[in-house]
Amino acid sequence: MSIRLDHVTYTYSPGTAYEMHALKDVSLELPDGHFIGIIGHTGSGKSTLIQHLNGLMRPTSGHVYFNDEDIWGEKYDRRNLRFHVGLVFQYPEYQLFETDVITDVCFGPKNQGLSEEDRMKRAEEALRQVGVDESLFRKSPFELSGGQKRRVAIAGVLAMNPDVLVLDEPTAGLDPMGRDEILGTVAGLQKQRGITVVLVSHSMEDVAEYVDQLIVMNHGEKAFDAPPREVFSHYKELEKMGLAAPQMTYIMHALKERGLDVDVHATTIEEAEESILHALGRK
Amino acid sequence: MFKDITIGQYYPADSLIHKLDPRVKFVGTLIYIISLFVFHTWGYVLGTVFLFSVIRLSKVPLGFMLRGLKAIWILLIFTMVLNLFLTQGTVVWQFGILHITREGIGTAAKMGIRLVYLIIGCSIMTLTTTPNKLTDAMESLFRPLRKVHVPVHEIAMMMSIALRFIPILMEETDKIKKAQMARGADFESGNVIQRVKAMVPILVPLFVSAFRRANDLALAMEARCYHGGDGRTQMRPLVYQSRDLAAYAVLLAYLAAAIVLRAVLHW
Repeated sequence: MSIRLDHVTYTYSPGTAYEMHALKDVSLELPDGHFIGIIGHTGSGKSTLIQHLNGLMRPTSGHVYFNDEDIWGEKYDRRNLRFHVGLVFQYPEYQLFETDVITDVCFGPKNQGLSEEDRMKRAEEALRQVGVDESLFRKSPFELSGGQKRRVAIAGVLAMNPDVLVLDEPTAGLDPMGRDEILGTVAGLQKQRGITVVLVSHSMEDVAEYVDQLIVMNHGEKAFDAPPREVFSHYKELEKMGLAAPQMTYIMHALKERGLDVDVHATTIEEAEESILHALGRK
Repeated sequence: MFKDITIGQYYPADSLIHKLDPRVKFVGTLIYIISLFVFHTWGYVLGTVFLFSVIRLSKVPLGFMLRGLKAIWILLIFTMVLNLFLTQGTVVWQFGILHITREGIGTAAKMGIRLVYLIIGCSIMTLTTTPNKLTDAMESLFRPLRKVHVPVHEIAMMMSIALRFIPILMEETDKIKKAQMARGADFESGNVIQRVKAMVPILVPLFVSAFRRANDLALAMEARCYHGGDGRTQMRPLVYQSRDLAAYAVLLAYLAAAIVLRAVLHW
Protein backbone atom coordinates (compact mmCIF):
# COMPACT_ATOMS: atom_id res chain seq x y z
CA MET A 1 0.00 0.00 0.00
CA SER A 2 2.86 2.38 -0.59
CA ILE A 3 2.45 5.91 -1.88
CA ARG A 4 4.99 7.39 -4.25
CA LEU A 5 5.26 10.96 -5.49
CA ASP A 6 7.19 11.44 -8.68
CA HIS A 7 8.44 14.97 -9.45
CA VAL A 8 5.27 16.61 -8.19
CA THR A 9 4.89 20.35 -8.71
CA TYR A 10 1.86 22.33 -7.68
CA THR A 11 1.20 25.94 -8.60
CA TYR A 12 -1.61 28.03 -7.12
CA SER A 13 -3.49 30.34 -9.53
CA PRO A 14 -1.11 29.85 -12.45
CA GLY A 15 -0.95 32.78 -14.83
CA THR A 16 -2.32 35.43 -12.47
CA ALA A 17 -0.89 38.01 -10.10
CA TYR A 18 -1.39 35.54 -7.28
CA GLU A 19 0.71 32.77 -8.83
CA MET A 20 2.60 30.79 -6.21
CA HIS A 21 4.59 27.59 -6.35
CA ALA A 22 3.43 25.57 -3.37
CA LEU A 23 5.38 22.45 -4.31
CA LYS A 24 8.49 22.28 -6.44
CA ASP A 25 9.57 18.99 -7.94
CA VAL A 26 8.89 16.81 -4.89
CA SER A 27 9.66 13.10 -5.15
CA LEU A 28 9.23 10.80 -2.20
CA GLU A 29 8.11 7.40 -1.10
CA LEU A 30 5.99 6.49 1.90
CA PRO A 31 6.61 2.80 2.55
CA ASP A 32 4.13 0.42 4.22
CA GLY A 33 3.69 0.33 7.96
CA HIS A 34 6.04 3.20 8.68
CA PHE A 35 5.44 6.15 10.97
CA ILE A 36 6.42 9.14 8.87
CA GLY A 37 6.74 12.74 9.96
CA ILE A 38 6.44 15.74 7.67
CA ILE A 39 7.79 18.92 9.12
CA GLY A 40 8.22 22.47 7.89
CA HIS A 41 7.43 26.01 8.90
CA THR A 42 4.12 27.67 8.03
CA GLY A 43 3.70 27.96 4.28
CA SER A 44 6.36 25.38 3.42
CA GLY A 45 3.89 23.29 1.43
CA LYS A 46 3.10 20.59 4.00
CA SER A 47 -0.66 20.88 3.74
CA THR A 48 -0.54 21.06 -0.04
CA LEU A 49 1.67 18.01 -0.09
CA ILE A 50 -0.65 15.81 1.93
CA GLN A 51 -3.67 16.75 -0.15
CA HIS A 52 -1.89 15.15 -3.07
CA LEU A 53 -1.70 11.84 -1.21
CA ASN A 54 -5.42 11.12 -1.51
CA GLY A 55 -6.14 12.91 -4.76
CA LEU A 56 -7.80 16.04 -3.35
CA MET A 57 -5.31 18.13 -5.27
CA ARG A 58 -4.08 17.42 -8.73
CA PRO A 59 -0.39 18.04 -9.37
CA THR A 60 0.29 20.77 -11.92
CA SER A 61 2.97 18.41 -13.17
CA GLY A 62 4.32 15.06 -12.01
CA HIS A 63 2.61 11.88 -10.85
CA VAL A 64 1.25 10.32 -7.68
CA TYR A 65 1.22 6.54 -7.41
CA PHE A 66 -0.71 4.42 -4.94
CA ASN A 67 0.28 0.75 -5.14
CA ASP A 68 2.09 1.59 -8.37
CA GLU A 69 -1.07 2.90 -9.99
CA ASP A 70 -1.21 6.50 -11.18
CA ILE A 71 -4.08 8.03 -9.19
CA TRP A 72 -4.70 10.55 -11.97
CA GLY A 73 -4.90 7.77 -14.54
CA GLU A 74 -7.99 7.85 -16.73
CA LYS A 75 -10.12 5.25 -14.99
CA TYR A 76 -8.75 5.52 -11.48
CA ASP A 77 -11.42 5.65 -8.74
CA ARG A 78 -10.20 8.48 -6.54
CA ARG A 79 -13.20 8.31 -4.23
CA ASN A 80 -12.25 4.74 -3.40
CA LEU A 81 -8.64 5.85 -2.89
CA ARG A 82 -9.81 8.18 -0.12
CA PHE A 83 -11.07 5.20 1.87
CA HIS A 84 -7.58 3.70 1.72
CA VAL A 85 -5.72 6.92 2.44
CA GLY A 86 -7.55 8.53 5.35
CA LEU A 87 -6.80 12.21 5.69
CA VAL A 88 -7.48 14.13 8.90
CA PHE A 89 -7.33 17.87 8.25
CA GLN A 90 -6.12 20.53 10.60
CA TYR A 91 -8.78 21.40 13.20
CA PRO A 92 -10.88 18.42 12.08
CA GLU A 93 -13.49 19.18 14.74
CA TYR A 94 -14.88 21.87 12.42
CA GLN A 95 -16.11 19.21 10.03
CA LEU A 96 -18.52 17.55 12.48
CA PHE A 97 -22.12 17.97 11.41
CA GLU A 98 -24.32 15.10 12.57
CA THR A 99 -26.81 15.13 15.43
CA ASP A 100 -24.83 12.67 17.52
CA VAL A 101 -21.25 11.48 17.79
CA ILE A 102 -21.68 7.95 16.54
CA THR A 103 -23.72 8.94 13.46
CA ASP A 104 -21.00 11.41 12.55
CA VAL A 105 -18.32 8.76 12.78
CA CYS A 106 -20.55 6.52 10.59
CA PHE A 107 -20.44 9.08 7.77
CA GLY A 108 -17.28 7.65 6.21
CA PRO A 109 -18.29 3.99 6.47
CA LYS A 110 -21.74 4.93 5.10
CA ASN A 111 -20.09 6.49 2.06
CA GLN A 112 -18.17 3.25 1.66
CA GLY A 113 -21.52 1.51 1.29
CA LEU A 114 -21.35 -0.61 4.45
CA SER A 115 -24.48 -1.97 6.11
CA GLU A 116 -25.93 -0.25 9.16
CA GLU A 117 -24.63 -3.01 11.41
CA ASP A 118 -21.08 -2.93 10.03
CA ARG A 119 -21.00 0.85 10.20
CA MET A 120 -21.90 0.85 13.87
CA LYS A 121 -19.30 -1.80 14.61
CA ARG A 122 -16.62 0.20 12.81
CA ALA A 123 -17.65 3.45 14.47
CA GLU A 124 -17.71 1.96 17.96
CA GLU A 125 -14.33 0.36 17.43
CA ALA A 126 -12.78 3.59 16.11
CA LEU A 127 -14.24 5.69 18.92
CA ARG A 128 -12.97 3.26 21.52
CA GLN A 129 -9.50 3.24 19.97
CA VAL A 130 -9.20 7.01 20.14
CA GLY A 131 -10.43 6.92 23.75
CA VAL A 132 -13.93 8.35 23.49
CA ASP A 133 -16.12 7.06 26.29
CA GLU A 134 -19.28 5.15 25.40
CA SER A 135 -21.39 7.59 27.40
CA LEU A 136 -20.63 10.25 24.78
CA PHE A 137 -21.70 8.20 21.74
CA ARG A 138 -25.23 9.57 21.70
CA LYS A 139 -24.33 13.15 22.57
CA SER A 140 -24.29 15.98 20.07
CA PRO A 141 -20.72 16.53 18.85
CA PHE A 142 -21.18 20.23 19.58
CA GLU A 143 -21.56 19.55 23.30
CA LEU A 144 -18.10 18.01 23.62
CA SER A 145 -14.88 19.69 24.66
CA GLY A 146 -12.30 20.67 22.04
CA GLY A 147 -10.07 17.66 22.68
CA GLN A 148 -13.00 15.23 22.60
CA LYS A 149 -14.29 16.74 19.36
CA ARG A 150 -10.92 16.22 17.79
CA ARG A 151 -10.89 12.59 18.87
CA VAL A 152 -14.33 12.10 17.37
CA ALA A 153 -13.19 13.67 14.12
CA ILE A 154 -10.12 11.43 13.98
CA ALA A 155 -12.36 8.43 14.68
CA GLY A 156 -14.49 9.56 11.73
CA VAL A 157 -11.56 8.94 9.42
CA LEU A 158 -10.30 5.89 11.28
CA ALA A 159 -13.69 4.18 10.95
CA MET A 160 -13.10 3.84 7.22
CA ASN A 161 -10.28 1.41 8.10
CA PRO A 162 -7.68 3.23 6.01
CA ASP A 163 -4.34 1.59 5.18
CA VAL A 164 -2.65 4.96 5.45
CA LEU A 165 -3.62 7.57 8.01
CA VAL A 166 -2.52 11.13 7.32
CA LEU A 167 -2.88 13.69 10.10
CA ASP A 168 -2.35 17.40 9.52
CA GLU A 169 -1.15 18.95 12.79
CA PRO A 170 -3.46 16.88 14.96
CA THR A 171 -2.17 18.59 18.10
CA ALA A 172 -2.64 22.22 17.03
CA GLY A 173 -4.34 24.22 19.75
CA LEU A 174 -4.32 21.44 22.35
CA ASP A 175 -2.74 21.70 25.78
CA PRO A 176 0.39 19.59 26.48
CA MET A 177 -1.65 16.79 28.02
CA GLY A 178 -4.10 16.68 25.13
CA ARG A 179 -1.17 16.70 22.75
CA ASP A 180 0.55 13.75 24.41
CA GLU A 181 -2.73 11.84 24.53
CA ILE A 182 -3.50 12.32 20.86
CA LEU A 183 0.04 11.47 19.74
CA GLY A 184 0.16 8.48 22.06
CA THR A 185 -3.15 7.26 20.67
CA VAL A 186 -1.93 7.64 17.10
CA ALA A 187 1.32 5.83 17.84
CA GLY A 188 -0.64 3.05 19.54
CA LEU A 189 -2.95 2.75 16.56
CA GLN A 190 -0.04 2.53 14.20
CA LYS A 191 1.38 -0.44 16.11
CA GLN A 192 -1.98 -2.07 16.75
CA ARG A 193 -3.36 -1.80 13.23
CA GLY A 194 -0.02 -1.95 11.44
CA ILE A 195 -1.02 0.97 9.24
CA THR A 196 1.14 3.66 7.75
CA VAL A 197 0.85 6.94 9.62
CA VAL A 198 1.89 10.29 8.19
CA LEU A 199 2.10 13.00 10.83
CA VAL A 200 2.38 16.62 9.78
CA SER A 201 3.72 18.95 12.42
CA HIS A 202 5.95 21.89 12.99
CA SER A 203 7.09 20.74 16.37
CA MET A 204 10.27 18.68 16.33
CA GLU A 205 9.54 17.41 19.82
CA ASP A 206 6.28 15.91 18.60
CA VAL A 207 7.80 13.94 15.80
CA ALA A 208 11.14 13.08 17.40
CA GLU A 209 9.49 10.67 19.76
CA TYR A 210 7.48 8.63 17.31
CA VAL A 211 8.51 8.69 13.67
CA ASP A 212 10.95 6.46 11.83
CA GLN A 213 11.17 8.61 8.73
CA LEU A 214 11.23 12.39 8.69
CA ILE A 215 10.57 14.58 5.68
CA VAL A 216 11.49 18.24 6.00
CA MET A 217 9.79 20.70 3.67
CA ASN A 218 11.20 24.13 2.95
CA HIS A 219 9.66 26.64 0.51
CA GLY A 220 7.82 23.89 -1.34
CA GLU A 221 10.88 21.73 -1.73
CA LYS A 222 11.92 18.58 0.05
CA ALA A 223 14.94 19.54 2.13
CA PHE A 224 15.55 16.28 4.00
CA ASP A 225 14.13 12.79 3.90
CA ALA A 226 15.84 10.51 6.39
CA PRO A 227 15.50 8.91 9.82
CA PRO A 228 15.00 11.67 12.44
CA ARG A 229 18.43 11.27 14.05
CA GLU A 230 20.11 11.93 10.76
CA VAL A 231 17.89 14.93 10.07
CA PHE A 232 18.53 16.42 13.51
CA SER A 233 22.28 16.21 13.02
CA HIS A 234 21.74 18.96 10.43
CA TYR A 235 20.34 21.17 13.14
CA LYS A 236 22.18 24.22 11.91
CA GLU A 237 20.56 23.98 8.49
CA LEU A 238 17.20 23.37 10.14
CA GLU A 239 17.57 26.64 12.00
CA LYS A 240 18.11 28.48 8.76
CA MET A 241 14.75 27.12 7.62
CA GLY A 242 13.03 28.55 10.65
CA LEU A 243 12.90 25.17 12.35
CA ALA A 244 14.79 23.79 15.26
CA ALA A 245 16.02 20.39 16.34
CA PRO A 246 14.55 19.01 19.58
CA GLN A 247 15.98 20.71 22.66
CA MET A 248 17.80 17.50 23.60
CA THR A 249 19.90 17.74 20.45
CA TYR A 250 21.18 21.13 21.57
CA ILE A 251 21.88 19.96 25.12
CA MET A 252 23.72 16.88 23.91
CA HIS A 253 25.82 18.87 21.48
CA ALA A 254 26.68 21.38 24.20
CA LEU A 255 27.66 18.59 26.59
CA LYS A 256 29.81 16.97 23.94
CA GLU A 257 31.59 20.28 23.27
CA ARG A 258 32.42 20.56 26.96
CA GLY A 259 34.05 17.17 26.86
CA LEU A 260 31.35 14.78 28.06
CA ASP A 261 31.24 11.71 25.86
CA VAL A 262 27.50 11.54 25.16
CA ASP A 263 25.52 10.37 22.16
CA VAL A 264 24.56 13.51 20.22
CA HIS A 265 21.84 11.58 18.40
CA ALA A 266 19.68 11.26 21.49
CA THR A 267 16.46 13.15 20.82
CA THR A 268 14.07 12.24 23.61
CA ILE A 269 14.51 12.98 27.28
CA GLU A 270 14.72 9.26 28.06
CA GLU A 271 17.49 8.63 25.55
CA ALA A 272 19.37 11.68 26.73
CA GLU A 273 19.09 10.63 30.35
CA GLU A 274 20.49 7.20 29.59
CA SER A 275 23.32 8.56 27.51
CA ILE A 276 24.32 11.14 30.12
CA LEU A 277 24.23 8.61 32.95
CA HIS A 278 26.28 6.26 30.82
CA ALA A 279 28.87 8.94 30.09
CA LEU A 280 29.11 9.79 33.76
CA GLY A 281 29.81 6.16 34.47
CA ARG A 282 26.73 5.61 36.63
CA LYS A 283 25.33 2.81 34.51
CA MET B 1 -19.10 27.79 -8.15
CA PHE B 2 -17.68 30.42 -5.78
CA LYS B 3 -14.60 30.99 -7.87
CA ASP B 4 -16.65 32.88 -10.47
CA ILE B 5 -17.70 35.69 -8.17
CA THR B 6 -15.35 38.60 -8.84
CA ILE B 7 -17.38 41.17 -6.95
CA GLY B 8 -15.47 41.95 -3.79
CA GLN B 9 -12.22 40.67 -5.26
CA TYR B 10 -9.51 43.26 -5.30
CA TYR B 11 -6.87 43.09 -8.01
CA PRO B 12 -3.74 44.91 -6.85
CA ALA B 13 -2.05 47.07 -9.48
CA ASP B 14 -0.45 50.48 -9.73
CA SER B 15 -2.77 52.46 -11.97
CA LEU B 16 -4.57 55.78 -12.16
CA ILE B 17 -7.92 54.08 -11.56
CA HIS B 18 -6.59 52.36 -8.44
CA LYS B 19 -5.37 55.67 -7.06
CA LEU B 20 -8.64 57.53 -7.58
CA ASP B 21 -10.69 58.45 -4.55
CA PRO B 22 -13.18 55.62 -3.95
CA ARG B 23 -16.02 58.17 -3.94
CA VAL B 24 -15.16 59.11 -7.51
CA LYS B 25 -15.25 55.47 -8.54
CA PHE B 26 -18.56 54.92 -6.77
CA VAL B 27 -20.19 57.95 -8.36
CA GLY B 28 -18.55 57.06 -11.67
CA THR B 29 -20.06 53.59 -11.59
CA LEU B 30 -23.47 55.08 -10.88
CA ILE B 31 -23.10 57.53 -13.75
CA TYR B 32 -22.02 54.74 -16.02
CA ILE B 33 -25.05 52.62 -15.09
CA ILE B 34 -27.35 55.60 -15.69
CA SER B 35 -25.72 56.23 -19.06
CA LEU B 36 -26.36 52.62 -20.06
CA PHE B 37 -30.07 53.22 -19.62
CA VAL B 38 -29.95 56.58 -21.37
CA PHE B 39 -28.37 55.13 -24.50
CA HIS B 40 -30.77 54.02 -27.15
CA THR B 41 -28.92 52.82 -30.23
CA TRP B 42 -25.57 54.19 -31.34
CA GLY B 43 -24.90 55.68 -27.96
CA TYR B 44 -23.55 52.30 -26.93
CA VAL B 45 -20.49 53.02 -29.05
CA LEU B 46 -19.68 55.85 -26.64
CA GLY B 47 -20.36 53.51 -23.71
CA THR B 48 -18.03 50.89 -25.18
CA VAL B 49 -15.22 53.35 -25.84
CA PHE B 50 -15.53 54.73 -22.32
CA LEU B 51 -15.60 51.28 -20.73
CA PHE B 52 -12.55 49.99 -22.58
CA SER B 53 -10.57 53.17 -21.96
CA VAL B 54 -11.16 52.75 -18.24
CA ILE B 55 -10.20 49.06 -18.43
CA ARG B 56 -6.96 50.02 -20.21
CA LEU B 57 -6.22 52.65 -17.59
CA SER B 58 -6.93 50.25 -14.71
CA LYS B 59 -4.21 47.78 -15.83
CA VAL B 60 -6.45 44.88 -14.77
CA PRO B 61 -6.35 42.03 -17.32
CA LEU B 62 -9.53 41.84 -19.39
CA GLY B 63 -9.92 38.17 -18.50
CA PHE B 64 -10.40 39.14 -14.86
CA MET B 65 -13.19 41.53 -15.80
CA LEU B 66 -14.97 38.94 -17.88
CA ARG B 67 -14.78 36.34 -15.14
CA GLY B 68 -17.57 38.18 -13.33
CA LEU B 69 -19.87 37.38 -16.23
CA LYS B 70 -19.72 33.64 -15.56
CA ALA B 71 -21.91 34.14 -12.52
CA ILE B 72 -24.72 35.77 -14.52
CA TRP B 73 -24.68 34.00 -17.87
CA ILE B 74 -27.87 32.06 -17.10
CA LEU B 75 -29.68 35.29 -16.23
CA LEU B 76 -28.20 36.86 -19.33
CA ILE B 77 -29.43 34.15 -21.68
CA PHE B 78 -32.81 34.04 -19.94
CA THR B 79 -33.31 37.79 -20.34
CA MET B 80 -32.21 37.79 -23.94
CA VAL B 81 -34.38 34.83 -24.93
CA LEU B 82 -37.48 36.27 -23.23
CA ASN B 83 -37.00 39.62 -24.92
CA LEU B 84 -36.31 37.96 -28.22
CA PHE B 85 -39.54 35.96 -28.27
CA LEU B 86 -41.98 38.09 -26.29
CA THR B 87 -41.58 41.54 -27.86
CA GLN B 88 -44.44 42.61 -30.17
CA GLY B 89 -43.74 44.24 -33.51
CA THR B 90 -42.78 43.42 -37.08
CA VAL B 91 -42.47 39.65 -37.33
CA VAL B 92 -39.36 38.44 -39.08
CA TRP B 93 -39.54 34.72 -38.16
CA GLN B 94 -42.39 32.55 -36.93
CA PHE B 95 -42.74 28.95 -35.78
CA GLY B 96 -46.06 27.96 -34.17
CA ILE B 97 -46.68 30.36 -31.32
CA LEU B 98 -43.02 31.40 -31.27
CA HIS B 99 -42.13 34.49 -33.17
CA ILE B 100 -39.18 36.81 -33.41
CA THR B 101 -39.75 40.44 -34.19
CA ARG B 102 -37.38 43.10 -35.41
CA GLU B 103 -38.00 45.01 -32.19
CA GLY B 104 -37.38 41.83 -30.21
CA ILE B 105 -33.91 41.43 -31.69
CA GLY B 106 -33.18 45.07 -30.88
CA THR B 107 -34.38 44.80 -27.28
CA ALA B 108 -32.60 41.49 -26.69
CA ALA B 109 -29.32 42.90 -27.96
CA LYS B 110 -29.76 46.05 -25.91
CA MET B 111 -30.57 44.11 -22.75
CA GLY B 112 -27.60 41.82 -23.32
CA ILE B 113 -25.23 44.74 -23.78
CA ARG B 114 -26.66 46.57 -20.76
CA LEU B 115 -26.29 43.56 -18.46
CA VAL B 116 -22.78 42.73 -19.61
CA TYR B 117 -21.58 46.35 -19.37
CA LEU B 118 -23.28 46.73 -16.02
CA ILE B 119 -21.42 43.77 -14.57
CA ILE B 120 -18.10 44.82 -16.11
CA GLY B 121 -18.64 48.39 -14.90
CA CYS B 122 -19.23 47.23 -11.34
CA SER B 123 -16.30 44.78 -11.60
CA ILE B 124 -13.96 47.66 -12.49
CA MET B 125 -14.96 49.38 -9.28
CA THR B 126 -14.55 46.33 -7.05
CA LEU B 127 -11.38 45.10 -8.76
CA THR B 128 -9.61 48.43 -8.35
CA THR B 129 -10.91 49.39 -4.90
CA THR B 130 -10.37 47.51 -1.68
CA PRO B 131 -13.64 46.67 0.07
CA ASN B 132 -12.64 48.87 2.99
CA LYS B 133 -12.20 51.94 0.81
CA LEU B 134 -15.46 51.22 -0.91
CA THR B 135 -17.43 51.18 2.30
CA ASP B 136 -15.59 54.32 3.44
CA ALA B 137 -16.77 55.96 0.23
CA MET B 138 -20.35 54.89 0.80
CA GLU B 139 -20.31 56.05 4.36
CA SER B 140 -19.01 59.41 3.27
CA LEU B 141 -21.41 59.78 0.34
CA PHE B 142 -24.50 58.79 2.32
CA ARG B 143 -23.60 60.81 5.42
CA PRO B 144 -26.34 63.39 4.74
CA LEU B 145 -28.90 60.63 5.27
CA ARG B 146 -28.00 60.61 8.95
CA LYS B 147 -30.18 63.69 9.30
CA VAL B 148 -33.20 61.50 8.60
CA HIS B 149 -32.00 58.89 11.10
CA VAL B 150 -30.55 56.38 8.66
CA PRO B 151 -27.79 54.47 10.54
CA VAL B 152 -25.24 55.14 7.80
CA HIS B 153 -22.17 54.18 9.79
CA GLU B 154 -23.70 50.95 11.04
CA ILE B 155 -24.78 49.94 7.56
CA ALA B 156 -21.30 50.71 6.20
CA MET B 157 -19.71 48.72 9.01
CA MET B 158 -21.98 45.77 8.36
CA MET B 159 -21.12 45.91 4.68
CA SER B 160 -17.41 46.01 5.26
CA ILE B 161 -17.64 43.08 7.67
CA ALA B 162 -19.77 41.12 5.22
CA LEU B 163 -17.34 41.82 2.38
CA ARG B 164 -14.40 40.92 4.57
CA PHE B 165 -15.98 37.60 5.40
CA ILE B 166 -16.65 36.53 1.82
CA PRO B 167 -13.14 35.23 1.14
CA ILE B 168 -12.88 33.76 4.65
CA LEU B 169 -16.11 31.83 4.30
CA MET B 170 -15.19 30.76 0.79
CA GLU B 171 -11.93 29.35 2.03
CA GLU B 172 -13.75 27.70 4.92
CA THR B 173 -16.26 26.12 2.53
CA ASP B 174 -13.44 24.76 0.46
CA LYS B 175 -11.75 23.30 3.52
CA ILE B 176 -14.90 21.66 4.84
CA LYS B 177 -15.75 20.32 1.41
CA LYS B 178 -12.34 18.73 1.14
CA ALA B 179 -12.56 17.31 4.64
CA GLN B 180 -15.87 15.65 3.81
CA MET B 181 -14.52 14.44 0.46
CA ALA B 182 -11.68 12.85 2.40
CA ARG B 183 -14.40 10.89 4.20
CA GLY B 184 -15.84 9.76 0.89
CA ALA B 185 -18.57 12.39 0.47
CA ASP B 186 -19.78 12.61 -3.10
CA PHE B 187 -21.02 15.97 -4.37
CA GLU B 188 -21.02 15.24 -8.05
CA SER B 189 -23.31 12.28 -8.72
CA GLY B 190 -26.98 11.62 -8.03
CA ASN B 191 -30.15 13.55 -8.78
CA VAL B 192 -31.02 17.03 -7.56
CA ILE B 193 -32.43 15.88 -4.21
CA GLN B 194 -29.40 13.70 -3.48
CA ARG B 195 -27.08 16.55 -4.35
CA VAL B 196 -28.91 18.97 -2.09
CA LYS B 197 -28.75 16.40 0.70
CA ALA B 198 -25.03 15.99 0.06
CA MET B 199 -24.62 19.68 0.90
CA VAL B 200 -25.71 19.17 4.54
CA PRO B 201 -22.25 17.99 5.68
CA ILE B 202 -20.86 21.26 4.28
CA LEU B 203 -23.58 23.66 5.38
CA VAL B 204 -23.88 22.62 9.03
CA PRO B 205 -20.17 23.09 9.85
CA LEU B 206 -20.13 26.27 7.76
CA PHE B 207 -22.98 27.83 9.73
CA VAL B 208 -21.47 26.74 13.03
CA SER B 209 -18.19 28.36 12.08
CA ALA B 210 -19.85 31.53 10.75
CA PHE B 211 -21.63 32.02 14.07
CA ARG B 212 -18.45 31.30 15.98
CA ARG B 213 -16.56 33.86 13.94
CA ALA B 214 -19.30 36.45 14.32
CA ASN B 215 -19.23 35.91 18.05
CA ASP B 216 -15.45 36.24 18.24
CA LEU B 217 -15.52 39.38 16.12
CA ALA B 218 -18.21 41.02 18.24
CA LEU B 219 -16.17 40.27 21.33
CA ALA B 220 -12.99 41.65 19.76
CA MET B 221 -14.80 44.84 18.72
CA GLU B 222 -16.22 45.34 22.18
CA ALA B 223 -12.83 44.68 23.73
CA ARG B 224 -11.56 47.61 21.69
CA CYS B 225 -14.40 49.81 22.89
CA TYR B 226 -16.28 49.99 19.63
CA HIS B 227 -19.50 51.90 20.23
CA GLY B 228 -20.76 52.89 16.81
CA GLY B 229 -20.05 55.83 14.56
CA ASP B 230 -20.44 58.87 16.84
CA GLY B 231 -17.19 60.73 17.27
CA ARG B 232 -15.25 58.10 15.38
CA THR B 233 -12.37 59.38 13.28
CA GLN B 234 -10.59 57.67 10.43
CA MET B 235 -6.97 56.70 10.10
CA ARG B 236 -6.97 57.74 6.46
CA PRO B 237 -9.72 60.30 5.90
CA LEU B 238 -10.86 60.63 2.31
CA VAL B 239 -9.55 63.84 0.77
CA TYR B 240 -10.10 64.80 -2.86
CA GLN B 241 -6.92 65.34 -4.92
CA SER B 242 -6.74 67.29 -8.16
CA ARG B 243 -6.89 64.07 -10.18
CA ASP B 244 -10.19 63.23 -8.50
CA LEU B 245 -11.68 66.55 -9.54
CA ALA B 246 -10.42 65.97 -13.07
CA ALA B 247 -12.06 62.55 -13.03
CA TYR B 248 -15.35 64.12 -11.91
CA ALA B 249 -15.09 66.54 -14.84
CA VAL B 250 -14.56 63.65 -17.27
CA LEU B 251 -17.52 61.80 -15.79
CA LEU B 252 -19.79 64.84 -16.07
CA ALA B 253 -18.69 65.40 -19.66
CA TYR B 254 -19.44 61.75 -20.38
CA LEU B 255 -22.90 61.98 -18.83
CA ALA B 256 -23.63 65.21 -20.69
CA ALA B 257 -22.52 63.62 -23.95
CA ALA B 258 -24.78 60.64 -23.30
CA ILE B 259 -27.78 62.88 -22.64
CA VAL B 260 -27.06 65.07 -25.65
CA LEU B 261 -26.72 62.04 -27.90
CA ARG B 262 -30.09 60.77 -26.74
CA ALA B 263 -32.04 64.01 -26.53
CA VAL B 264 -30.69 65.86 -29.54
CA LEU B 265 -29.51 63.19 -31.95
CA HIS B 266 -31.91 60.41 -30.79
CA TRP B 267 -29.08 57.87 -30.90
